[in-house]
Amino acid sequence: MSTPGALESGSRHDLRTGASPDAPDEDKFKDEQGAYGYCHSYETSSRYDGPGLRVVLFVSGCLLRCTYCHNPDTWHLKDGTYVSAEQVLRRLGEFAPALRSIDGGLTISGGEAMVQLAFVKRIFAGAKEMGLHTAIETSGFLGDRADDSFLSVVDLVLLDIKSSDPDTYRRVTGRDLAPTLRFAERLASIGKPVWVRFTLVPGLTDDPANVEGIARFVAPMKNVEWVEVQPFHQMGSFKWKAMGLDYKHHDTPPPSRELVNRVLGQFRDAGCRAR
Amino acid sequence: MKGSAARKQDAKTDSWGGFQQGDWSSTINVRDFIVRNVTSYAGDETFLAPASQRTKAVWAKLQPYFAEERKKGVLAADAQNPSTLLAHPAGYIDRDNEVIVGLQTDQPFKRAIFPCGGLRMVETGLKAAGFEPDAKVHEAFTKYRKSHNDGVFDAYTPEIMNCRRSGIITGLPDAYGRGRIIGDYRRVALYGINRLLEVKRQERAQIDDMWPTDEVIRMREELAEQMRALQDLASMAKLYGRDITQPAMNAREAFQWTYFAYLGAIKEANGAAMSIGRISSFLDIYIERDLKEGVLDEAGAQELWDQLVQKLRIVRFLRTPDYDALFSGDPYWATECVGGMDLDGRALVTKSSYRMLHTLYNLGAAPEPNITVLWSNHMPAAFKRYCVKVSRDTSSLQYENDDLMRPYWGDDYAIACCVSAMRLGKQMQFFGARVNLAKALLYAINGGRDEVTGEQVAPQSMPVAGDFLNYEDVMAKFDSTMEWLAKTYVHAMNCIHYMHDKYFYERLEMALHDRDILRTMAFGIAGLSVVADSLAAIKYGKIRVARDAAGLVVDYQNEGNISTPQFGNNDDRVDQIASKIVTSFMEKIRKHPTYRNATHTQSVLTITSNVVYGKATGNTPDGRRKGEPFGPGANPMHGRDSHGWLASCLSVAKLPYKDALDGISYTVSVAPQKAHLSETQLVDEATKAFDLYFGRGGFHMNLNVIDRETLEDAIKNPDKYPQLTIRVSGYAVNFVRLTPEQQRDVISRTFHGQI
Repeated sequence: MSTPGALESGSRHDLRTGASPDAPDEDKFKDEQGAYGYCHSYETSSRYDGPGLRVVLFVSGCLLRCTYCHNPDTWHLKDGTYVSAEQVLRRLGEFAPALRSIDGGLTISGGEAMVQLAFVKRIFAGAKEMGLHTAIETSGFLGDRADDSFLSVVDLVLLDIKSSDPDTYRRVTGRDLAPTLRFAERLASIGKPVWVRFTLVPGLTDDPANVEGIARFVAPMKNVEWVEVQPFHQMGSFKWKAMGLDYKHHDTPPPSRELVNRVLGQFRDAGCRAR
Repeated sequence: MKGSAARKQDAKTDSWGGFQQGDWSSTINVRDFIVRNVTSYAGDETFLAPASQRTKAVWAKLQPYFAEERKKGVLAADAQNPSTLLAHPAGYIDRDNEVIVGLQTDQPFKRAIFPCGGLRMVETGLKAAGFEPDAKVHEAFTKYRKSHNDGVFDAYTPEIMNCRRSGIITGLPDAYGRGRIIGDYRRVALYGINRLLEVKRQERAQIDDMWPTDEVIRMREELAEQMRALQDLASMAKLYGRDITQPAMNAREAFQWTYFAYLGAIKEANGAAMSIGRISSFLDIYIERDLKEGVLDEAGAQELWDQLVQKLRIVRFLRTPDYDALFSGDPYWATECVGGMDLDGRALVTKSSYRMLHTLYNLGAAPEPNITVLWSNHMPAAFKRYCVKVSRDTSSLQYENDDLMRPYWGDDYAIACCVSAMRLGKQMQFFGARVNLAKALLYAINGGRDEVTGEQVAPQSMPVAGDFLNYEDVMAKFDSTMEWLAKTYVHAMNCIHYMHDKYFYERLEMALHDRDILRTMAFGIAGLSVVADSLAAIKYGKIRVARDAAGLVVDYQNEGNISTPQFGNNDDRVDQIASKIVTSFMEKIRKHPTYRNATHTQSVLTITSNVVYGKATGNTPDGRRKGEPFGPGANPMHGRDSHGWLASCLSVAKLPYKDALDGISYTVSVAPQKAHLSETQLVDEATKAFDLYFGRGGFHMNLNVIDRETLEDAIKNPDKYPQLTIRVSGYAVNFVRLTPEQQRDVISRTFHGQI
């Protein structure tokens, strides 16, 4: 279990703030009330992960193994730091007045945020009590687990649809596509606001037919406010190296401006609001 | 409100025609003039005009000097004639095209000497720049005339000398002008010299029947000096063919009169910081009147601003290499404040606030004048947006919290140097640089011995015992070290300012003040984040000490690598330690009476001296290595504010302004945006971020919008970036004119994603 930079004094991975240094680390994860969970890190000033300014909490644990993942250090649940939801909320509370004044909110990302469903729900419920906007970033793979009461504390879903083609999806993530599409349809049926996110990786997800498929799937959904095209970048590659993992994208370039424009054009032509 | 009566252009006596009269008409009260006559502007920047042909011609003439100076440093110096109001004949850049005239000496970029501050500084500065000191000046200032510097060293104690040498107190203005005094230069334009003289005469007459205590005699002598300075100022203007004994008749004269007053100040004093004050909304009143009368158009109005700013960009003082190491990049802090609100809740934003910012486009980005936006959350949205855009394009602005300062200083204050608020014409400060609190903590640990030299600097006390640091023990020791340091510091400051008043009195700047003013004595601290992180490490971690052969603690080990809270992450455990230190040192300073009964204030500000201080300070318990720069001003240590700018700025916003009334400096560097948001949205979001930070009580923000790559390229190819401006603690510099060490320091700072 190696997490680069983790737990260094003051590192952004340090989530023990508020905990006594000798707090017990025993495993209470089975707690179905979600009173405890594993978190990887947090940051306070994101403009990418939802409307306004976001505090982003990265929880650990993910069932997908995307070949271009830029946070492979969040795959394993116990790569994270064991903290109580109460502690997370206390910390969030220190930012709540500032976030309210700037129309910001809390985004929980990962890892896969739905792995620790009860924990995440508890934090979202606490954030709602503070008057904050809440967003979850998810692959949707565990969407079946998200019941209505979970979705009631989520204002926005940032849904990563990595591909519209089951084979490509499996090549990218190692998993099935169907649960994600099912989740998207359910969100559409209840009118839950969604930003669809698509990571554009040259040579992997850039096939026009692949893009077309997502666009056609998403276009009729009135709850989808944005389709966001996220250009692949190499900023996570050092983590793969540090963790001794086999990284397949050493030679993959970021997408060219033309490619990004083509893909944006495909989405827009299909009737999506894309950016 | 505007006066309605049209003015007769030919009537030389009607300089106030068209203005709303009020208290200002019968007493000296520029503030009253402004609030009665100012025209707030809530629109956007689309009215602005480009640089005029004349402006471009003057600017072109100056370019070779700038280029040459980047290569050579000091271009010319007058070693023979100590600077006074009348020491030099009139000087010009391009007589046909200069709309505003007046130079410090007879040529642009020729530096003057100020031996009254200290002869040593003059001679070291001349030699360092490759000039020969003058024998006659040397004789005069060794045989016949004593300097401020000589006086201070007559009064210093061995203990103060030790503190100065060890670097626990640094940057004291004991060898040159103290600066930080802002004359109310606007008074010359509004009232003319004759009227100001008459008021000074009245002020003098009022104390004629007071018994001549030291204080009364000093006041009489000072008033006499002030009146002489005003007369000399009028004579100086006459060298340029202008009669400033009368009030300015129009905008061009108002600019010229105001600039003459400032020029006089920089001919008479070489203070580290020579702010111009808060002139833009004042001068805007004259522009508005001329526009209304049809004698000026927008191009002409912008030309006045551009040309005044050209003059402010070529102010030069002769400094020494030591001085440059502390205050890099040749700064002089010609600080000008724009924006803010008045006490009636009306924005003091005028079209000239825009015009002042617009000079950064017409003339390119530049560190001087040090343009300071007095940010109020109530200012018009359009102006906020324009400020953010200018920051993004030029990194040349700093912001200070008007909503925080207004209750303390009213609505006619300006900023001396970087962050010190001064009520114009009613307040001055005794500037006092800063102490190195991180070093003080190490002294506490080592029983008063210096961690680098081993020398006993603070009084001998019990050093820490055992292998591990204990929080209560270290705090108690640190507390008594701070007690000693505060006392020694006030002692030194009293000596300095007594002698400065005696040997290097700023007669002209003080002539542009009321007789009875508030004096503050401005103390300062450096290394706040190092101290806070160190104390938090001791409190929340387990810090093992390592001693050298002489028993001196020289290093610290965080046993078990326990993560401890660090300032800059909105973590109360350490943020409260930082706030407590600010308050505690201020309370200790307040215990000691000051020269002329000045009010004690304090700043958390380092200028660029965070590098020099770091260099002189050993390993600290927070894990900072010996020689590593401190975070500048109140900044978290580089890289430790790792949760984003929101967390970082919320920590800084907690520092108590009431115990740091001389200002709290915070520098933020953000990368240019790469997000999916549109330009408009980004600007909107950034203004909201400003409102948030200032709304939470943040005092100051020095904003850089730049990426690390650009800076690295600028180190390699300085010629490509002649005007690359970057804000450091409280001021801006040409990046390529920083020392290599300071360039590295700037690059190693935390760069946040966009705000």
